Amino acid sequence: MKAASHLVMFRWLLRRELILAWRRKSDVMSMLAFFVIIASLFPLGVDPDSRLLRNIAPGVVWFSALLASMLGLGSLFSSDYTDGTLEQMWISPQPRILIVAGKILVQCLSTGIPLVLISPLLALQFGLSLSEMRLLAVSLLTGIPVLHLIGSIGSALTIGVRGGGLVVALIVLPLCVPVLVFGAGRNVPLVGAVLALTLVFAPWAAASALGIVVED
Amino acid sequence: MLEASHLECVRGNRTIFRDLSFAVRPGDCFRLTGPNGSGKTSLLRMLCGLLSPTHGTIRWHGAGIETLGEEYFSSIAYIGHRPGIKDEFTAMENLQVSIGMRGIEISRKAAASALERMGLGGRLHVPARFLSEGERRRAAIARLAVNHSMLWLLDEVLTSLDRLAVDMIQQLIEDHLAVGGMAIVATHQELNLSSGRSPGIELAA
Repeated sequence: MKAASHLVMFRWLLRRELILAWRRKSDVMSMLAFFVIIASLFPLGVDPDSRLLRNIAPGVVWFSALLASMLGLGSLFSSDYTDGTLEQMWISPQPRILIVAGKILVQCLSTGIPLVLISPLLALQFGLSLSEMRLLAVSLLTGIPVLHLIGSIGSALTIGVRGGGLVVALIVLPLCVPVLVFGAGRNVPLVGAVLALTLVFAPWAAASALGIVVED
Repeated sequence: MLEASHLECVRGNRTIFRDLSFAVRPGDCFRLTGPNGSGKTSLLRMLCGLLSPTHGTIRWHGAGIETLGEEYFSSIAYIGHRPGIKDEFTAMENLQVSIGMRGIEISRKAAASALERMGLGGRLHVPARFLSEGERRRAAIARLAVNHSMLWLLDEVLTSLDRLAVDMIQQLIEDHLAVGGMAIVATHQELNLSSGRSPGIELAA
C-alpha cells in the first residue's frame, strides 16, 4: 500500500517535471546556445594550431558543459519555493529524498541529454576523430549527472538568496574539480566512480539543505 | 484530535506567543484571530510541521507529530499564503499533480467536479498564469475537496475571494465538519457556519 503510493507519487512527479521542462524549453535552448558559444569562442582566444586545438578540445568542451550546467541550477528548487509547491511537497506523506531525487533525475534528462547530443558537433569543430568523439560523449554522459547532483545541493542552499545564480556557481564549481579533471582526461571509469559516490550523498544533502529553507 | 500544549514561538529575538494550549476535536472549526504579526501563520506552520516550536508539543491522536511524520502528513491539508499553484499548469493539471504528488490517484472526472464546485467549470484548461488571484486561490482550495484529509489548516483563505466563493468555502467546511473532519482557520473575516462547533483563540500582538 505504502510502496504503491510512493510509485504513484513518483510517476506524477516525473510527469510534472517533464511537462514543466517542456513548457520552459526556451531555458534549455538558451543553455545549449551558451554551451556552443563558449566552446566555439575558446579557439579564437588561443593559437589556431590544429594540433593544440585537438589536445585541448576535451577540456574546453567539458568546461563549457560545466558552465552551461550551472545556468539551470538557480531555478531547480527556487521556482517551486516561490509559488509554494515545494512547501506542499514537504508536507505530503511521501519520502522527501524521493522527491528531490526525482527532480534531479528529470533535470539531468532534460538538460544533460541535449548537451551530450550536441557535443559531437563541437568535437568536430576541434577536429577530433570519431573514436575520440565517442569517448568524449560517453565521459559527458557519465559526468553531467555528477554536475547536476552536486549542483542540486548548491541550488537548495541558495533558495531566496539575492543573486542566487552566482552564489550557486561559487559553491558548486570548486566541488566539481574532481569530475572536471577526470572527465577532461576522458577517464570514464573514474568519472563513473565519482558518479556513484555523489549518487549516494547528493540527494540526501540536497534534501537536508531544502529542509533548512522550508522549515523556517 | 489535535492537542497543542504550551506552544512557544520565537522568531529572531522576538517572542511571538508563549504558553499557548488548545485542543481541536472532530467536528470543530477552530478559529485563529489576532492582528497582523500576532503569529497566526507561524502557528499554522507549526501545526503543519513546517516550523518547530521553540517550546511545547503538538500531539495528533496522542502521539507527537514529529514522531508520526508521514502518517501525520497524510491526515492534513494546508493552504498557505503561497497557494502552491504552478503558473505553467492549467487549473486541472495543478489539481491532478498536487493530489498525485500525495500518492493518490484521482480520475479526471473527480478533479473536474471539484473545480466545478469551486466555480472554475469554464476555466479548467486555462494556464494558471492567466487566472486571477481569486481564481488561483479557488483552484488551490479545490484540493481540499478531493484529498480526504481529516485536518484542514487554512491560512487567510478568504482573502481576494468574492461573496459567492466565500459561501462555497463555508459550505465545503460545513460538509467536512459534518463527517467528523476538523478545520483550523486563520481569518480576519467572519465565517458563518450554520452547524458545527467553532471554538477559537485570539492571539495578542
